Amino acid sequence: MTPELKGFLLVSIVKLLVVFTVVMVGVALLTLLERKVSAWMQNRRGPNRAGWAGLLQPAADGLKNILKEETRPGASSRVLFLAAPAMAFIPALMLSAVIPFAAPLRLDFDFTLPLLGRFVHQGMMPMVVADIPAGFLFVLAISSMGIYGIALAGWSSNSKYSLMGGLRASAQMVSYEVAMGMSLIPVLLLTGDVSFSAVIREQQQTLWFVLPLFVSFFVFAVAGLAEINRLPFDLPEAESELTAGYHTEYSAMKFSMFFIAEYANMVTISAMMATLFLGGWDIPFTTWDESGTVLAVLVSHLFFFAKVFSWIFLIMWLRWTLPRFRYDQLMALGWKFMLPVALAYIMVIALALWGMGQLGWTAPGTRAWALTAVSLILGVIILVGLDRGAIVGGSDLRRRRLAAAAARTQLAGRPGAPGMD
Amino acid sequence: MSSRTVEMELQTPTLDAEGRVRHVPLGVSDSAYEEGFGSEHMLVNIGPQHPATHGVLRLVLELEGETVLRCIPHIGYLHSGFEKLGEYRQYNQLIPLTDRTDYLSPMANNVGLALAVEKLMGIELTERCKVLRVIACEMSRIISHLVWLGTTGIDLGAYTPFLWSFQERERIYNLQEAWTGARLTTSLTRVGGLMADIPEGWEDGLREFCRTFPSTLDEVDTMFTRNAIWIGRTQDVGTMSREDAINYSLSGPMLRASAVDYDVRKDRPYLDYETYDFDVPVGEHGDIYDRYTVRMEEMRQSNRILEQALDRLRPGPINVDDPRVILPPKSRAMSDMEAMIYHFKQVMEGVKPPAGEAYMGIENPKGELGYYMVSDGSAKPVRWRIRPPSFINIAALPRMCEGALLSDVIAINASVDIVMGEVDR
Repeated sequence: MTPELKGFLLVSIVKLLVVFTVVMVGVALLTLLERKVSAWMQNRRGPNRAGWAGLLQPAADGLKNILKEETRPGASSRVLFLAAPAMAFIPALMLSAVIPFAAPLRLDFDFTLPLLGRFVHQGMMPMVVADIPAGFLFVLAISSMGIYGIALAGWSSNSKYSLMGGLRASAQMVSYEVAMGMSLIPVLLLTGDVSFSAVIREQQQTLWFVLPLFVSFFVFAVAGLAEINRLPFDLPEAESELTAGYHTEYSAMKFSMFFIAEYANMVTISAMMATLFLGGWDIPFTTWDESGTVLAVLVSHLFFFAKVFSWIFLIMWLRWTLPRFRYDQLMALGWKFMLPVALAYIMVIALALWGMGQLGWTAPGTRAWALTAVSLILGVIILVGLDRGAIVGGSDLRRRRLAAAAARTQLAGRPGAPGMD
Repeated sequence: MSSRTVEMELQTPTLDAEGRVRHVPLGVSDSAYEEGFGSEHMLVNIGPQHPATHGVLRLVLELEGETVLRCIPHIGYLHSGFEKLGEYRQYNQLIPLTDRTDYLSPMANNVGLALAVEKLMGIELTERCKVLRVIACEMSRIISHLVWLGTTGIDLGAYTPFLWSFQERERIYNLQEAWTGARLTTSLTRVGGLMADIPEGWEDGLREFCRTFPSTLDEVDTMFTRNAIWIGRTQDVGTMSREDAINYSLSGPMLRASAVDYDVRKDRPYLDYETYDFDVPVGEHGDIYDRYTVRMEEMRQSNRILEQALDRLRPGPINVDDPRVILPPKSRAMSDMEAMIYHFKQVMEGVKPPAGEAYMGIENPKGELGYYMVSDGSAKPVRWRIRPPSFINIAALPRMCEGALLSDVIAINASVDIVMGEVDR
């Protein structure tokens, strides 16, 4: 093993431990934050008994969930029932490995430890656990894996509520995965690279992509909400309909793992949002953050944290404000609106980039501003056109009632089912 | 598909032709696969233990995908036998029973029962009593609609307005507690009057409520009325046409949302409602959204009535001056022979209406609440029949749910505004 490789492994392990700890503690604190935010919106105080301002509440909840009795439905599929929470939990954590959370740090060391040998590291160290070239493709791939946990949880519980929750979850996540992937193609077109570092570099040099790619930003934001099953897209666990959806039959720590996975997904999607559209750790109007000093790393990390946090807050705000979509409306929104918009937008951006190439506007700044103008015009058209009739759509109850009447006629011919009219 | 499974489970547990109890399995069997699980239709049992059944309503839904083919409501899980109990109670002892039927608007029920007995006896109430009873009715309407608003919001996924509306409801509960000593089991009325006059300064509390309450309504209005998701979830869902609404004998906001302009307060006035200035909101399409707008407007109108009632509240007696129905004051009962006799007869025998029967319908928050009393001249009713608005409104549920989606069933059920205590009685 070369000293350089050892040095790389050392910093990687340190980063791994730090990121894992921060994410897990962050998730725990997010549960508290959610309760505090909801309390604040509902004229309540929220948890304030365990620790100062309720800060120990997540610890108390965790302890309670560890000590609680685990139950399992008698007819459930044992192996899958046990594996499902882990299958939902692991992808949620894996995603945090590829998000750059601060500006690169200049790190030079060369030392020798007894037994372990010499460790060497030189140059800029990217503040990300794994700066893989596949970038956000990796995120899309892994986040789709989360569906397995949820769908299998719903199926293996052998409960109808769970099954329907699992079905809804898989249909919803697969549908919005498509729109989400499509909304990222303009980012790729503009950057020419899928790695997060390249995306951030491009945004540092020009504008944050929220401006030149506003429509992508919008589609990604909505699809992201649907991806993580949060209101107004929380149909898989719609409490009032399916009691708790796919995790109805889960208890104690296995339930907690779904819960943690949900919040970890929330962190990831917010971090993606910050990285892809809000400049990542970039501090606007200065290049000092790229100097590689410890201070620059810390301050850029604070900026990244602020961006992620504000997006998380927005997600919570939406949850405590909006009602829930209905299943068919959700599907209609995903397939009939989000996907076409994302596809059309790819065409618009590609055409615009080609046209600017023809006109000779190749300077990145000029390109970005021109795209901003195009996107904002499109954004206004879409958001103003997003009236209730066109997007959410009224009910197609009449058609469905006819279909039900037809099915009913068939039922009437069947023996049995007396006195049910 | 195995139609046998469907057929079995749709049966209400009942007696078969030989009189044996037929049991229907509800739990999960030992086998990993449920019989008929591979069929096209799925039976889902919602309730009696479910977050959205507003008590213990049980709905058996036959689903194809998420589309409801049939919805079969099962009631009776909260049966308390109030009507039968009433046959063994004196008239004033019925009043605590009415607290517990529609427990979201106890005061209005108390008023309804007292009015029915007074109609039987031909008693003319005092002015102050009438005004106070109007206040009681309208306060009940507001709290009942607030519960409806909050729980419907929750059923559709919006949690926050629930707490806002419950905070407002809490203020009325405090007022009820100040008046009667109880928050829920108010037992406010007595035949011929009230159990107590309002305490000193109570009007100011209600005035303060009337002043500030509409701002909360406005907030909820901002959250829901023009919210695209709310509109998408409620418009054209659970529609009842004018004809259907009348044929199903709907009443209250359910009927008015279906464009039928019928309000007992206007059409068969009691408690001098005809002298109050208020509007009756009427919907247009008979869907959930119209029921929502109708109820929202009713709360504002109730607020108007409350303000008018407060303005016309004058000092005076709250009970009729009739020793047959009202206990004499304690001081007189201990010093005056005649009063003591009345006191004794009242306590030992109770109120005795003449033989006959009377029906009194009042506009309760959930619809027309009717009390039908049959008296044989004794102190206990021969028959006491409640016309519970929830029970009759919920009967239209299968009709409204047919062809809807599973989520719609929850929304429709919420929009009916049922109270199981009243449905099962």
